[in-house]
Amino acid sequence: MNFDPLNSRIDFVKHRKKFFAFSGIFLMVGLVLLMTIGMNLGIDFRSGTTVEVLADDTLTAEEVEEQFASIGFEPDDITLAGDDHEIAHVAFIGDLSQDETLMIQDHFEDTYGHTPTISTVTPLVAEELAQNAIIAVAIAAVGIIIYVSIRFEFLSGVSAIIALLHDTLWILTIFTVLQIEVNITFIAAVLTIVGYSINDTIVTFDRIRENMQLEKKVKTKEDVARVVNKSLVQTLARSINTVLTVVFAAGALFIFGGEAIRSFSFALVVGLVAGTYSSLFIAAQIWLGFKGRQIERRRFDGDKQEVEDPQPEG
Amino acid sequence: MKKGVKKGRIALFFAIVIAVGALIASTVFDTAEDINLGLDLQGGFEVLYEAHPIDDDQEINSETLSDTVDSLNARIDVLGVSEPSITIEGDNRIRVQLAGVSDQQSARELLATEAELSFRDVDDNLLMDGSDLVEGGARQNYHQDTNEPIVTVTLQDAQKMGDASQHIIDNYDGPDEVMAIWLDYEEGDTFEEEIMKEDSKIISAPGFSSGALYETDIMISGSFTTESAQELAGILNSGALPVELEEVYSNSVGASLGEQAMEQTVIAGLIGVALIFAYMLAYYRFMGVIAVVTLTAYMYVVLVIFNWMNAVLTLPGIAALVLGVGMAVDANIITYERIKDELRSGKSTMSAFKSGNRRSLSTILDANITTLLAAGVLVYFGTSAVQGFAVMLIVSILTSFLTAVLGTRLLLGLWVNSRILNKKPRMFGVKEREIREL
Repeated sequence: MNFDPLNSRIDFVKHRKKFFAFSGIFLMVGLVLLMTIGMNLGIDFRSGTTVEVLADDTLTAEEVEEQFASIGFEPDDITLAGDDHEIAHVAFIGDLSQDETLMIQDHFEDTYGHTPTISTVTPLVAEELAQNAIIAVAIAAVGIIIYVSIRFEFLSGVSAIIALLHDTLWILTIFTVLQIEVNITFIAAVLTIVGYSINDTIVTFDRIRENMQLEKKVKTKEDVARVVNKSLVQTLARSINTVLTVVFAAGALFIFGGEAIRSFSFALVVGLVAGTYSSLFIAAQIWLGFKGRQIERRRFDGDKQEVEDPQPEG
Repeated sequence: MKKGVKKGRIALFFAIVIAVGALIASTVFDTAEDINLGLDLQGGFEVLYEAHPIDDDQEINSETLSDTVDSLNARIDVLGVSEPSITIEGDNRIRVQLAGVSDQQSARELLATEAELSFRDVDDNLLMDGSDLVEGGARQNYHQDTNEPIVTVTLQDAQKMGDASQHIIDNYDGPDEVMAIWLDYEEGDTFEEEIMKEDSKIISAPGFSSGALYETDIMISGSFTTESAQELAGILNSGALPVELEEVYSNSVGASLGEQAMEQTVIAGLIGVALIFAYMLAYYRFMGVIAVVTLTAYMYVVLVIFNWMNAVLTLPGIAALVLGVGMAVDANIITYERIKDELRSGKSTMSAFKSGNRRSLSTILDANITTLLAAGVLVYFGTSAVQGFAVMLIVSILTSFLTAVLGTRLLLGLWVNSRILNKKPRMFGVKEREIREL
């Protein structure tokens, strides 16, 4: 996998409108679905009911699940507690009616000789965590824009943040479309994707910055497009190798990591691929759009003001 | 310049690799065993509290419960436990689950204390209370003479302290001429009884041998250890609980991800790492060997630092670790791609190595600093799981910089400078026909 920038015919820039259209439509559909169907929120984000089953002997999750199944209930989450696992916290999404409560209490009193305590759970804490994550990432985004504006330029910062939003919305869309249950661990997966997206975008921008400096004259939008394309081809081997290695790690977690973290590792795999896609096809191209417009405008202004201002800012 | 191969450098390379390998092999299992696993991975213990109003005017509603959760979170930070699970149940109950706490008893005390300081005379008359203190003004310190750990608090008004100490000097003599500093005084507690107790609510009872004190800074010297003084200062700063918490019960709780989750995750992680190694070796040939060495060192160092910090590994932590591995591999890949670029442009091995290193450094720096900055913001503004993720990410990035940038330079540099790789571009995964004439 070597991409020789001199002989490469790969043209990322030519098709950028198609990629914008693809991402745009995909994310619009995602937004609409998010607003209408919404995500499949798990027990962490929904108000629900916990039943605390107490037994004299050690319980297993399977046993408790069977007991509930025998009276027609399907628990959403079971956690064992107590030194010998003689307690089980069983969670249900939604409220239980008076009859259902009585039925559960009767059944477990007969089976284990203890009346289970039943109480409602509010999702306040998980909601606050999600809110906190959003606010913290928003502040981080401002920080990123400032840093990137200093090291690169303001337009790069804005493009990087748009790519980051793209990746986040992407993963939300996929989870909405597939209706995969979302719990607190999903927040960690999204944070990972945000981190990777930023890292990947900056590496691409770094090469563009370098090539812009090497280039003697960048006068027109076509010049910028050429530099962007050259930079993307030059970094392509790195982009592919890096995403392959991280997908090896996340993919191994997905395949071999067990049921409990499957949706978490799925989010990682999808998000990492989206992060690479957006660095190549979205972030750099958006920057090209901004920069191209800026250059065209400057050239236009420059023509008019050439007499007063012979040195256009550069 | 001599054309000969410098064998000494290659010997040094093997010496370093064998030394690092031996260090890792001999300590990795102990290190891995010492890692504190979070609630989601190994379970922990839980306490169920019932919230009661502090006075008759107060109402327990979702707002007061939510405030209580915030204060509990602040206190758990003091304990140094990361990512507790706190849930509100029913109308007035709060379930707190903590992982990796060795001293459950003191953790429970720390959680439920109202953290209300009061200053009283020996007849239990209130002289000053928490409302006279500057908020967030408590600090752990050392006594200037005895060097014992103390807690200092700051009063809003020096006059008030002066009046209070004058009151004690005027009304009491001898052993009674002291000011009792209470933590969580309750109606009915008396100085006489409490001062005799082993686990007393009176944390200190200083005398006034040198006259009344007109000062805002008060040193509380009890029988503190540095740790317990830090905890007290932390609790005082995190503020009093808005409600009274009564413990309904406490017991241990199992891992929410199931018993097998951890084992499966570790195996999956090892498979992932093996795949990365195989790919790096296949693609980058000799440089892949260096990558395997530095990545192994990276994972080991992250584990060691994680242990030093006494941090708790949770699923978000594992996510950050995966991202960290990715960024460490990325730093290797960026450097190697640059070196290959330079080789293809016709440079000699040594100068390709030199300029490849130089040119990749700014890329890696910018990418790492941007991510570090974002992680720093998440540590500062984030709570629990968000913070845990970000701390792990910072550790990972700093470590990856150490191993993937400095480590690679050192190890690959030994080989390159030994001149044994001169004119062997295939060892770097570059074919002869790709090389352009200069």
